[in-house]
Amino acid sequence: MRHILSLLVENEAGALSRIAGLFSARAFNIESLSVAPTEDASVSRMTVVTSGSDQIIEQIHKQLNKLVDVIKVVDLSESPHIERELMLVKVQAKGEVREEIKRMTDIFRGRIVDVSDNTYTIEVTGDGAKLGAFLQGLDPRQILEVVRTGTSGIARGEKAIRL
Amino acid sequence: MAAQKPVLRGAEIFVRALKDEGVEYVFGYPGGAVLHIYDELFKQEEVKHILARHEQGAGHAADGYARATGKPGVLLVTSGPGVTNAVTPIATAYMDSIPLVVFSGQVPKHLIGNDAFQEVDAIGITRPCVKHNFLVKDVRDLAATIKKAFFIATSGRPGPVLVDIPKDITAQSCEYEYPQNVEIRSYRPVVRGHPGQIRRALKLILGAKKPMLYTGGGVVLGNASEELREFTRTLGYPITNTLMGLGAFPASDRQFIGMLGMHGTYEANMAMHHCDVLIAIGARFDDRVTGDLAQFCPYAKIVHIDVDPASIAKNVPVDIPIVGDVKSVLTDLNGLLRENPERAEPQPLAEWWKQIGEWQSVDCLRFNRNTEVIKPQYVIEKLWELTGGDAYVTSDVGQHQMWAAQFYKFDQPRRWINSGGLGTMGFGLPAAMGVQMAFPEATVACITGEASLVMCIQELSTCLQYRLPVKVINLNNRYMGMVRQWQEFFYDKRYSHSYMDALPDFVMLAQSFGHVGVRVDKTADVEGALREALKQKDRLVLMDFITDQTENVYPMMASGKGQHEMHLSPDRELA
Repeated sequence: MRHILSLLVENEAGALSRIAGLFSARAFNIESLSVAPTEDASVSRMTVVTSGSDQIIEQIHKQLNKLVDVIKVVDLSESPHIERELMLVKVQAKGEVREEIKRMTDIFRGRIVDVSDNTYTIEVTGDGAKLGAFLQGLDPRQILEVVRTGTSGIARGEKAIRL
Repeated sequence: MAAQKPVLRGAEIFVRALKDEGVEYVFGYPGGAVLHIYDELFKQEEVKHILARHEQGAGHAADGYARATGKPGVLLVTSGPGVTNAVTPIATAYMDSIPLVVFSGQVPKHLIGNDAFQEVDAIGITRPCVKHNFLVKDVRDLAATIKKAFFIATSGRPGPVLVDIPKDITAQSCEYEYPQNVEIRSYRPVVRGHPGQIRRALKLILGAKKPMLYTGGGVVLGNASEELREFTRTLGYPITNTLMGLGAFPASDRQFIGMLGMHGTYEANMAMHHCDVLIAIGARFDDRVTGDLAQFCPYAKIVHIDVDPASIAKNVPVDIPIVGDVKSVLTDLNGLLRENPERAEPQPLAEWWKQIGEWQSVDCLRFNRNTEVIKPQYVIEKLWELTGGDAYVTSDVGQHQMWAAQFYKFDQPRRWINSGGLGTMGFGLPAAMGVQMAFPEATVACITGEASLVMCIQELSTCLQYRLPVKVINLNNRYMGMVRQWQEFFYDKRYSHSYMDALPDFVMLAQSFGHVGVRVDKTADVEGALREALKQKDRLVLMDFITDQTENVYPMMASGKGQHEMHLSPDRELA
């Protein structure tokens, strides 16, 4: 099953490679990983999307906690949460499809953030399924480039992951 | 007014910090990046440096010292090849959870990443085999980093910690103060076990009809041997130790039914398979112990006590997990047992012991003592007799290691020093140096084979320099015995590259290093040779025992089989 793990990590050189190394060394799946500093400059927040049986997920959880740089690990998928991912897509937009692509972007509440004579660059946010659906809606021959940030997540309600 | 803090150079800070940490010995090998440090070591006598002949030897020596004393081992190596040579001992210590603090020199900060002379990414290379590592980027962080390194290495589940120190840092100065305490917000090992879990576990343990205690290296590392003895004797239950846990419970005690696992005793493995309550303490359900997981302990409820939560339910689901320091948890359990007179019902327990007695009567470790050619088991049995079971015994890896574990009956913890997890050939001799350094008066025997011994043979030179009277027991069968055994069983006797051609004359080899060498090739001469060697309190004696080439280690649970599917020697199969 798919799980979204949220981590608070010491913002130190090497912390990222310890975490990435753990996943490869122990043959754990890693679907996406996103990381950036938080409001506290000494702490980074990391979101790891992974999958595995309950036993494997428990091991991932414990092994992450064991790393000296990891301060906290929370499995967001255990309770209601919000997932978002940002995607930038550069598409060929010439002639009559130009209007059609704009319409589709509006339907997905995306934004065209850059325009050239022959291309659009579109920004879309949402969960993975929505971004997938948007790409599905495009003619694959039009897609020049896709960049996705990987999932970020946060719990719903008053629950907050803090030090 | 507080005394003014001294202003010291990085290299001085390094040596002062080791003194303040109470370090007695540093094992190491000098080189360019650590020359400032070596210069400071030269100027003082409190921290004694032991010069090995190879960084691997230095690392295993520090490891052996740590295993025998319970104190952290300290290793100092230079950058580049210095630290790559240390990777094997670091990984060895990591697999067996040995507290080791490794200091590696690094090229000066401004050259890092430049492919400088003797530069290697020490942090990157060691990352997967250390508990943690640090690159010191500012001399003002040096003392605190050293403090953290010792704290992390020795607390919780112990392990190696590497501190990489660029050369320029050792030349820069700052105020020195060694921190009294260390606080790491992301690292807080659990000590006390959960009281509710402990009570639940005790209830299950006391209700057992076929109980079994399975304890590992965690009991030795956690200095919980006394508590384990009280617990086991109060309950009257059978106990087995893993390879890493030998000595935690006395092997000569009637409740001890031998080591378990691939080359464990028949009775220990059968008792594991048939027990109804398994009490695992400081053990990690390693594949060499469990065999086929699908067939492991099919009738048992399992209690698992371990300081490392990640060890619990890693390989085998557990019914009652207790995360905590084994000494603390066993102390709590013993306290509850003293208050509570309730014990397991005597009748089922007596029947269980009767069943175990039947398994024991198979005499699975039997071998022929009446041969002219030396049986390796016989040498170890004699060594055990002649040393009163009280020697420190190190080993390398392979058949001799298994025979040592089976036939040297350890009654005390920290006497059996071997590379169980990583299985590092070349470990035995340098580890013995570290042990002998810590206990100069003790008998330290290195049980080895001719293939393992030559992997770190250069350390014979270190032994001479520091007058370390190690007794090297070379069980020389002219084969990589365990490889040959597997090739005999599983590769239709195709002995691919397991034969040791062109071996040295070990007697002359010992002599050329300034030691005593003896060759023994008849069973009748074994005891006399051992007696003579043990008398030589101030000399290293290398005994080259020419042993039976065809001898195999039995009993054996083949890889992928269950614990109840053991083989005895070919001439005696089980019903």
